[in-house]
Amino acid sequence: MTGAEPKVTLDLALDAGLTAEEYDRILTRLGREPTYPELGLFSALWSEHCAYKHSRVFLARLPQSGPHVLQGPGENAGAIDIGDGWAVVFKIESHNHPSFIEPFQGAATGVGGILRDIFTMGARPIALLDSLRFGDPDAPKTRHLVNGVVSGISWYGNCFGCPTVGGEIAFAPEYAGNPLVNVMCVGLVRADQIFRARADGPGNPVFYVGNKTGRDGIHGATMASATFDEHAEERRPTVQVGDPFTEKLLLEACLEVMRTGAVVGIQDMGAAGLACCTSEMPARSATGMDVELSRVPQREEGMTPYEILLSESQERMLLVAARGREADVRRVFAKWELDAVEIGRVTAEGQLTARLNGEVVAHVPVDLLAEAPKYQRPTAEPPGLAELRAFDPLTLPEPGDYGAALVELLASPTIASKEWAFRQYDQQVGINTLVLPGSDAAVLRVKGTSRALAVSTDGNARQVLLDPRQGAAMAVCEAARNVSCSGGEPRGVTDCLNFGSPERPEILWQFAEAVEGIALACRALDVPVVGGNVSFYNETSGQAILPTPIIGVVGVLDDASRRATQWFQAPGHRVALLGPPHVSLGGSEYLWTRHRRLAGRLAPLDLEVERRVQRAVRAAVSAGLATATHDCSEGGVAVALAEGCVTGRELIGCMAALPADARADVTLFGEGPSRVLVAVEPERVREFEALMAESAIPWRWIGTTGGDRLVVTVGTKAIVDVDVSRLEGAWRHGFERHVA
Amino acid sequence: MRFGVVVFPGTWSDCDFHYVISEVLHQPVQYVWHRERELGQLDCVVLPGGFSYGDYLRAGAVAGRSPVVEALGDFVARGGLVLGSCNGFQILCEAGLLPGVLTRNECLQYRCQSTHLVVENADTPFTRGLRPGQVLTMPISHGEGKYYADPETLARLKRQNLVVFRYAAADGSVTKASNPNGSLENIAGIVNAEGTVLGMMPHPERASETAMGGTDGLLMFQSLLGSLVEDGSFLKR
Repeated sequence: MTGAEPKVTLDLALDAGLTAEEYDRILTRLGREPTYPELGLFSALWSEHCAYKHSRVFLARLPQSGPHVLQGPGENAGAIDIGDGWAVVFKIESHNHPSFIEPFQGAATGVGGILRDIFTMGARPIALLDSLRFGDPDAPKTRHLVNGVVSGISWYGNCFGCPTVGGEIAFAPEYAGNPLVNVMCVGLVRADQIFRARADGPGNPVFYVGNKTGRDGIHGATMASATFDEHAEERRPTVQVGDPFTEKLLLEACLEVMRTGAVVGIQDMGAAGLACCTSEMPARSATGMDVELSRVPQREEGMTPYEILLSESQERMLLVAARGREADVRRVFAKWELDAVEIGRVTAEGQLTARLNGEVVAHVPVDLLAEAPKYQRPTAEPPGLAELRAFDPLTLPEPGDYGAALVELLASPTIASKEWAFRQYDQQVGINTLVLPGSDAAVLRVKGTSRALAVSTDGNARQVLLDPRQGAAMAVCEAARNVSCSGGEPRGVTDCLNFGSPERPEILWQFAEAVEGIALACRALDVPVVGGNVSFYNETSGQAILPTPIIGVVGVLDDASRRATQWFQAPGHRVALLGPPHVSLGGSEYLWTRHRRLAGRLAPLDLEVERRVQRAVRAAVSAGLATATHDCSEGGVAVALAEGCVTGRELIGCMAALPADARADVTLFGEGPSRVLVAVEPERVREFEALMAESAIPWRWIGTTGGDRLVVTVGTKAIVDVDVSRLEGAWRHGFERHVA
Repeated sequence: MRFGVVVFPGTWSDCDFHYVISEVLHQPVQYVWHRERELGQLDCVVLPGGFSYGDYLRAGAVAGRSPVVEALGDFVARGGLVLGSCNGFQILCEAGLLPGVLTRNECLQYRCQSTHLVVENADTPFTRGLRPGQVLTMPISHGEGKYYADPETLARLKRQNLVVFRYAAADGSVTKASNPNGSLENIAGIVNAEGTVLGMMPHPERASETAMGGTDGLLMFQSLLGSLVEDGSFLKR
């Protein structure tokens, strides 16, 4: 958009993604027609992506406070106190739409964006996790997308210097036109040195710092607030281009300038760029801002006010400094060879005033920009869901060879080893990573203390499709259970809620139910949601993705040396199965891999049992009783046992026996919540039994490690008897052979 | 022993080296900014891993012409020791302080993984606590670690015993399968003719604590200290 700016009309407002009612509201409040740059401000800031206008009423259901919460939702990221004067700052965010259009840069800038959300709070990023979803693994486009996304994450994260320590990758045909790229970042900061995105103190100078502004990414926020059609590729210019080297300099410069005491507030210029910062920061502080756009460092000529305000060029921050400390800001950014330009002042009037060469081009109340309308649109259970749930998996034939069925499951790209991706990511820079990717949760030490952090992201969309409330609650439980299995006590949750269009009642019903499920589970487990992201409109040509809430959990180990991993450590250890006996093939990986069916009912979830199982596992780990702990998730107890055998440094077999209280495929591959395998040295068995008795949970011994085969007896019959090297081969190559 | 850890724009292993030197080895250490030319009081300069200047142009190319690297010539001539790891090795080659060049990994992908290294030259200040044939375990993390040198240079390296580490299998055998990046003859680290400038792609600082999965990297630091600590506390292994 160059040259003369068009006259603003209702039609133009509708084109910009606003509704007629929203446009009316703007006219009424301004008492005039908005200018073209002003229309751009409303279009971006009132988009779903920035304003959460369809989701906010539901999100209010989530528990957001607790004794450890230092910062809840509403800032760039949430913060939790972890003791010894330290806080952990973390958040998960999606970059789905850009990653479909341009997978490499889309994923790379997704990493860049979440890193900035963390260090703008004053925290040094110490870990990244990526939850990725793609279409059918055999589709040619999938390979292109997986390679692009993984190399984009690798390029940005590695160059910046933050280790990628976890995440998951799963496949389902519903993601073919809308892959998901959700990135979580965790940072560390002294608890009393957290910075916030505020513009306090009228008269304080406003600095633009970091990369220069170009035309890239204009309308990124509005793009992420609409569905795709076959012309998606035409939107490539709305995808931003990342520069991880500049981001690294920006990190060091920001943390250094924060230490000088010159910083009043700071915010990342992410979605909706300068427009977002210049309205949200003063809105939080009940102040205003007056900025001169011609002073904004630009890398292209002839940019219009509209473009300067809405550019989503990467690696930029808006910083409010204390008056009189301007020289400190300039000195630090000059040291790191970055721009730091004073573009305006904080004002007392509550207006965002943007000028070009002194002439006012936008003059809008910041509260109006920051307070988008909220909607509660109709919800309705999707037609056909009851029928889908009523499907009985036992109408399908049993496998003839259970060993072969297990090998097939281990080779399914969703279950198989993700080493092909993780070896492209630096996993250790910072020398904190005590447990590398590949176990239930990654564990990172906190230097200078005895503590460690455990982090995990999880989400099983098939379960959410069949029962959004319970499925989403199970995602919280699973992420927390993974943290508990490593020995960490879950302290906080961040959620990334990926759904189709909220304007469709059945999609909004999925969303509302899922949020309710997350709220229930978080209350039961006593973990608040301190931040997150909603990504709607994940649809292409009317095909919505599976409803996919991704849950990130951060937990604390008081003693970093008391931790556990999922693989068996030695032969001769007893193996216990903790948790209830209830499992179901409904929505299971087995049902999908073997029968291409996504249907049935989920096993019941009892949140009180879940809480007690997690507490028991943590107690076993912290008492040093558990030599291995592993959550039973996709593929059921049989896959969990096989993973215990093959995912460690040495292959170790196992003899296990399960009761014959259901058909064998249900017993072996059925999935159910609250179930954990624990391995125990023979001399600690009595102690472990005493601990389990105190824990008041269902549990039983099911086997012993050793040998070079996995043998599983159901009732009296050994129906699985497979060499562990065969299991290992299937698991090791199952993902790589689809994507390499 | 006084260590200096150089910081370029884009360096990221600086803090890790600093931590190991000060918290594990309890030796004096300071950061050295890339614009510094004065290295007077230091005994050993570390060029750490990272993406100096974004590794735009070529890995290490810009840093190889920075003031601090220009000052290394004099520092080495006065007997100073230089350890370049990862990006530091790339910089030393770009600066001409070591021969050869590091190019894009043969797999065309970044590689972060554990590797085994067989020690070939145990007669340097960095390796004198080791023995030839000893196998160390250390991680790599790079996209451009494939070592190349022209045939004459390679012949000279071998003739003068300047190859310090090669990628190997767990038993020390140098095989194609154990070469993670396609390096010429599995070369993982080399030294200058005086033995005072060592470049290596693996990360010793990531293998210096049991908690981090191994302490073979520490053997190198201990070798270094043994070569300068005069109280005799160092014992050759």
